Amino acid sequence: MVEKNNNRNYMKLEFLSKSSNESFARVVVAAFASQLDPTIEELSDIKTAVSEAVTNAIIHGYEYGEGLVVVEATIEDNRLDIVVEDFGKGIEDINKAMEPFYTSKPDLERSGMGFTVMETFMDKLEVESEVNKGTKVKMSKVFKSLSRKE
Amino acid sequence: MQLTTEIRKDYMIVKLKGELDHHTSEEARKKIDKQYFNNNLLNIILDLRELNFMDSSGVGLIMGRYKNCMNRNGKISIVSTNPYINRILKMSGLLKLVKIYDTIEEAIRG
Repeated sequence: MVEKNNNRNYMKLEFLSKSSNESFARVVVAAFASQLDPTIEELSDIKTAVSEAVTNAIIHGYEYGEGLVVVEATIEDNRLDIVVEDFGKGIEDINKAMEPFYTSKPDLERSGMGFTVMETFMDKLEVESEVNKGTKVKMSKVFKSLSRKE
Repeated sequence: MQLTTEIRKDYMIVKLKGELDHHTSEEARKKIDKQYFNNNLLNIILDLRELNFMDSSGVGLIMGRYKNCMNRNGKISIVSTNPYINRILKMSGLLKLVKIYDTIEEAIRG
């Protein structure tokens, strides 16, 4: 039997790649993270990072077509791990996609700052992608509020 | 998101309320551009004081309106006092191009 860790929690959310779901996704993750007693700044950080990853899935992964976006979040002690996954067209050159200001869709007035925002607001960011299979964005953040109280 | 506009001399004052993300910025872009071009306006002041969320899509929206104003030899200014919104504006490098003010009056005075 797996040893039970009482400080572990998990959630999974699956929704259609509609832009109206961007706010839904970030609010759900923020509500889940609220059990870590985050500061307003920490909440703002994860809402923004989730919003960027989900927006990427909709615009770049599915190019406005219909598909599923999966958001998973795990709490382990005072760390929150978030995974945002799509099953769309994938990224050919991840390093290029992650460069600040680079956008593959300049005509859509994209700032090219999505990955930079995720990197800045989270402690860790990892991107896995396969062309025509999809993209998985993994992010982590350690919440300071709980450790401060101890 | 709610968007209201007001015209004062050659300034178009755009007040955004709520959350500015990819979904809401597309709608905001259409509304702002329609008013701006139909009324042949010059300058834009974006009042972001009542926004409670903005991601990089908001930055893209501001950059696009900056270009429109530049093409007309006009200028765009931002009124914002929310530290989380100011943080993303700063991170994006946008503040090298666009000035940020605490009030609309200050933005008009320049």
